[in-house]
Amino acid sequence: MTFIGKSVKRVEDQRFLTGKGRYTDDIVLPGMTYAYILRSPYAHAKILSINTSKAEAMDGVVKIFTGKDIAAAGINGVPCGWQVNFKNGDTMKEPPHPLLVADKARYAGDGVAMIIAESKEAARDAADMVDVEYEELDAVTNAADAVADGKPLVHDDAPNNMCFDWELGNPIDEVNAAMSAADHITSLEFTNQRVIPNAMEPRAAIGQYEDHSGKYTLHTTSQNPHLTRLLMCAFVLGVPEHKVRVVAPDVGGGFGSKIFHYAEEALVIWASKQLNRPVKWTSDRSEAFLTDAHGRDHISKAEMGFDKDGNILALRVKTHANLGAYLSTFAPCVPTWLHGTLLQGLYTTPKINVDVTGVFTHTTPVDAYRGAGRPEATYLLERLLDKAALEMKRDPAELRLQNFIPAFDGVKEEGYMTQVALQYDSGNYHGVLERALEMVGYEDFRKEQAAARDEGRLLGIGFSTYIEACGIAPSAVVGALGARAGLYESAQVRVQPTGKVSVYSGSHSHGQGHETTFAQVVADKLGIPLEDVEIVHGDSEAVAFGMGTYGSRSLAVGGSAIVRSIEKVLEKGAQIAAHKLEANPEDLEYAGGKWTVKGTDKSVAFGDVALTAYVPHDYPQGLEPGMDFSSFYDPANFTYPFGAHIAIVEVDKDTGKVSLKRFIAVDDVGNVINPMIVDGQIHGGLAQGIGQALFEGAIYDEYGQLTNGSYMDYTMPRADDLPSFEVDRQVTPCPHNPLGVKGAGEAGCIGSTPAVVNAVMDALAPFGIKDLEMPMTPERVWRTMNS
Amino acid sequence: MAKVELIVNGQSVEKEVEDRTLLAQFLRDTLQLTGTHVGCDTSSCGACTILVDGKAVKSCTILAVQADGSHIKTIEGMATNGALHPLQEGFKEEHGLQCGFCTPGMIMTAADLLSHNNDPSEQEIREALEGNFCRCTGYHNIVRSIQHAAKKIRSGEAAVSA
Amino acid sequence: MIPTGFTYHRASSLKEALDLLNTHDDAKLLAGGHSLIPALKLRLNQPAHLIDISRLDDLKGIKEEGGTLVIGAGVTHGEIAHSDLVKEKVAMLAEAADLIGDVQVRNVGTIGGSLAHADPAADWPALMLAAEAEITVLGPNGSRSISAEDFFTGFYETALGEDEVLTSIRIPIPPAGTSTSYQKFMQPASRFAIVGCAAMITRTNGTCDRVRVAFTGVADKAYRAKGIEDALTGKAYDTGNIEAAVSSAAEGVDVMSDHFASEEYRSHLARVYARKALSAAS
Ligand SMILES: Cc1cc2nc3c(=O)[nH]c(=O)nc-3n(C[C@H](O)[C@H](O)[C@H](O)COP(=O)(O)OP(=O)(O)OC[C@H]3O[C@@H](n4cnc5c(N)ncnc54)[C@H](O)[C@@H]3O)c2cc1C
Ligand code: FES
Ligand code: FES
Repeated sequence: MTFIGKSVKRVEDQRFLTGKGRYTDDIVLPGMTYAYILRSPYAHAKILSINTSKAEAMDGVVKIFTGKDIAAAGINGVPCGWQVNFKNGDTMKEPPHPLLVADKARYAGDGVAMIIAESKEAARDAADMVDVEYEELDAVTNAADAVADGKPLVHDDAPNNMCFDWELGNPIDEVNAAMSAADHITSLEFTNQRVIPNAMEPRAAIGQYEDHSGKYTLHTTSQNPHLTRLLMCAFVLGVPEHKVRVVAPDVGGGFGSKIFHYAEEALVIWASKQLNRPVKWTSDRSEAFLTDAHGRDHISKAEMGFDKDGNILALRVKTHANLGAYLSTFAPCVPTWLHGTLLQGLYTTPKINVDVTGVFTHTTPVDAYRGAGRPEATYLLERLLDKAALEMKRDPAELRLQNFIPAFDGVKEEGYMTQVALQYDSGNYHGVLERALEMVGYEDFRKEQAAARDEGRLLGIGFSTYIEACGIAPSAVVGALGARAGLYESAQVRVQPTGKVSVYSGSHSHGQGHETTFAQVVADKLGIPLEDVEIVHGDSEAVAFGMGTYGSRSLAVGGSAIVRSIEKVLEKGAQIAAHKLEANPEDLEYAGGKWTVKGTDKSVAFGDVALTAYVPHDYPQGLEPGMDFSSFYDPANFTYPFGAHIAIVEVDKDTGKVSLKRFIAVDDVGNVINPMIVDGQIHGGLAQGIGQALFEGAIYDEYGQLTNGSYMDYTMPRADDLPSFEVDRQVTPCPHNPLGVKGAGEAGCIGSTPAVVNAVMDALAPFGIKDLEMPMTPERVWRTMNS
Repeated sequence: MAKVELIVNGQSVEKEVEDRTLLAQFLRDTLQLTGTHVGCDTSSCGACTILVDGKAVKSCTILAVQADGSHIKTIEGMATNGALHPLQEGFKEEHGLQCGFCTPGMIMTAADLLSHNNDPSEQEIREALEGNFCRCTGYHNIVRSIQHAAKKIRSGEAAVSA
Repeated sequence: MIPTGFTYHRASSLKEALDLLNTHDDAKLLAGGHSLIPALKLRLNQPAHLIDISRLDDLKGIKEEGGTLVIGAGVTHGEIAHSDLVKEKVAMLAEAADLIGDVQVRNVGTIGGSLAHADPAADWPALMLAAEAEITVLGPNGSRSISAEDFFTGFYETALGEDEVLTSIRIPIPPAGTSTSYQKFMQPASRFAIVGCAAMITRTNGTCDRVRVAFTGVADKAYRAKGIEDALTGKAYDTGNIEAAVSSAAEGVDVMSDHFASEEYRSHLARVYARKALSAAS
């Protein structure tokens, strides 16, 4: 029986389909109290006083904590997990990020007080009775503006609101020289706008303390419960890690926003001890808009130089990255090591220099959002390529094909060394674009477009090809780049005495279907039925350690850790089997769930060996009983999925409204364990990327207010905004992990945005329009057509 | 406080709740039917959709007392004797769910659709889902799931009428 | 997500609803609740009493009464969208109802609630104006009828008294030869109207005898575009005349502006949607 490569239906579905999913907010504990967090309505304000006495006297109110209480308890702020240095070697500015602010609010949504009551209703009612006196101050929201002299400062010790400035690639002089030698330079100034992740399940956290044992339990909506535990114990609360259990039960989507350790997690844990009662906090959607870490928000200037034949000579990029008011867990890494390093794209560009300034503003913290840095890099490159094609009167697909890195498998041919610190593992970039062109029927489309133009209809086609660095990440490499953690993964494979298998994975599924995909791998490698495998994840008490799920890393890193443990199981099993079969382990082969003496029909089944391991009466001498192995897999390199996306749009001349007609995606994510699940990941990513191109974007006003922080104003893509997607795959295995997989979680979101934008630009080409900001809302499109 | 009597998934329930209790909260907190989810505070996302007297309703936008006397169906009441409803089956077969958070609402809205149109076109399905957000699936497989269920329902009816 | 506390009353008759409204200060009627409850949840509105009128039979039903289409205030958007009578007599009403919110909203929200709420971006007000509806309200001193023209008085403001209940909407059934259309450009997030245009044209032999055009979403309240009506009345129904007429779509009103549509763009959309509605009403 083989499972790898089959669209096995998901085993987790049964509970979700019958209403038995168990999300954090579904959990009710005896004696539970409810917290409501009162937040600053101002983006920048001094807190002059807080009076809680009226609220405290209300029925059902248990306790109110303010920033002063937190400070008095000596609690540290939320830490940052990644360090980026200034060009001159100074470490980045890392101002404290208090759980509740005592003296100053730095974004609209900054926590000011925590009201704990017997019911949600009582907590909410009491919040209205807390009197906070603020003195509103001027705010800055735009990263490029915020670095100017004389602007309001978010943190007094970060002059010009600079967190860091950073550079990567070839020395700027070399890039400038290459650029001056260019026959054509295409340049682009643009904003990659801030988007809001909007996982459908709002964040929630329940803190529970047991006074008899001194143990804490945190239930939280997290993509990585162990990391949360580590950060919270070691850096925020200073509580012993072995006394803290963190459980991330069913989690309703994350897309990055649930990677980070948030203040509310530490608050409910701390408060549960103060009260000796469980404390639950559940975010409202309005609160989620203000407090879930946002994504993107780059302002960039990019130039690409070409020779007269259209070969790329150089790329120069200057980016201001908005980090928000405080550093969220991975914030400094996103615009630098996840963005700058991807500016080689799929192209042979010989000279690249990227310069990034990380900037504090009076806005919600910004961190990784599906793709994280890589969508920004891809957008920049793919807009440049399409714009260059237009300017040089070249076909955009052809111009790409001409500049692609030639195919290499990473085994016979070496990995490709980029100008920006990475070595690509394996790739066949021409393959995906050629396949996509075939699927779209490129020549026919151009004819249809010409005919439509004659009728006054505006059809457009847009291309995007991308590469991403996934399978995050080799610890030594990321350590050298500033990560304050290794990014390996752990897996424990416990063979039960009856031959059933429990796998404890440090990856976490919040929609990705690990319980199925991982089980397919295990069942296949062990040759046992799928039902005999159980995947356990999301509980620090059950799983030894884990770095969690993000950066399309689960299968490439977490899956590889499982494979390593299975190898250990099989190695030990072979010794036991050899003993039973009275043969040498080297003379055995394992297939179909049994060890067979090569060339004979003498065999012993997996289950028998398992039982023997636990009932070791007749057993190899010196071998330990039991069959339970852990592995920590630290990848040799990132993985590099890539692909080609094509969008076809129609623009309504009268209104400027863009309709997405077709979307073609050909992705190469390496080997595929479950095609159904991979397609699903691609679809979801596409919708989010399309969302950024056409609909989504945070809008801050001059006072630092998020003016579209609700579904009445922030446009979420809906079913009738999108077409059915046409997806296909190419397979170029990853040469450096045992499954040959590269990761599929972010691909759709990375490739799709520029494809849609380029399609709109193509549709608008008759108007001579070359640039347009996202989201491409009807008014924006209409204005350019009529300007 | 108000008394609320309802038939929920075929069973009668009678509870005292605060007048301001929303039906979504009543189902989740009072009856512990946590399959009904709450994803927003503007009545937009549809995660809380249930059937009230057979019609899809956002349970976050109706008071529990308002629904007094109604027949309520939630995701927990969709399977009969352990057999999945065609919609539940469709979502499983066509991978119509990832994180599962939007799924109960999606299924209940789709149940309303299929109750009066058992052969909806893709466009009709997409329009019917206008009030249900999914951030995971891009809706592609949700559409397939509902088509799958519709087909199953049609063939079931054909078998019955034949 | 949690409203402030209030006392809920279910009225068992219209009279009881009126009595409750008069005995309690700070009371609000509750129909479908699909404008009111969202406001309560965000605590934008904090009444002490809610009077539920959603089950009153007197407010239900769609019927024809001697040349008038009578729609009860408690009729849901969904019921109107699916009503064969409405489709036959004043098709644009069904067309518009189907564009309100989503299925769930249409299953619960009522036309009466929408009119009383008078959201400047709601759909019904434009239709009421174009159809020259009479809005019947009942107060302590009995019933009165308010023309749609007089009903909408401003931004979320109507001629409805605080002690009155909107009971029905009376729409004169247009003569033969009348065609209608409602065209809506949606705000992409909320899907309320950025521009909604209702058009009703009665023609004899290709000449427009009577033209009614009204907009919602454009200004702080719905309005009739008399400029368009006058420009087209007596003229041949053709593209040129329509094009000329719609130029005044947003004239004489204070056009709203927000981040989805500036004043200029909204005015432009008003013209485009007037053209669409007039052309579709063929
Ligand atoms: C997600 C969503 C999307 C929506 N999209 C649209 C849209 O696209 N277009 C649109 O037009 N609307 C839209 N709406 C609003 C919807 O149409 C509401 O149903 C309607 O506005 C109010 O009707 P209701 O019966 O729900 O009234 P309620 O919310 O119960 O009441 C609204 C107000 O009217 C008063 N009231 C109600 N009935 C009466 C009466 N008979 N007499 C006197 N006063 C009364 C109430 O006291 C209250 O002040 C949307 C709503 C939601 C939640
Ligand atoms: S929770 Fe009811 S619509 Fe979002
Ligand atoms: S499956 Fe996650 S929101 Fe739909």
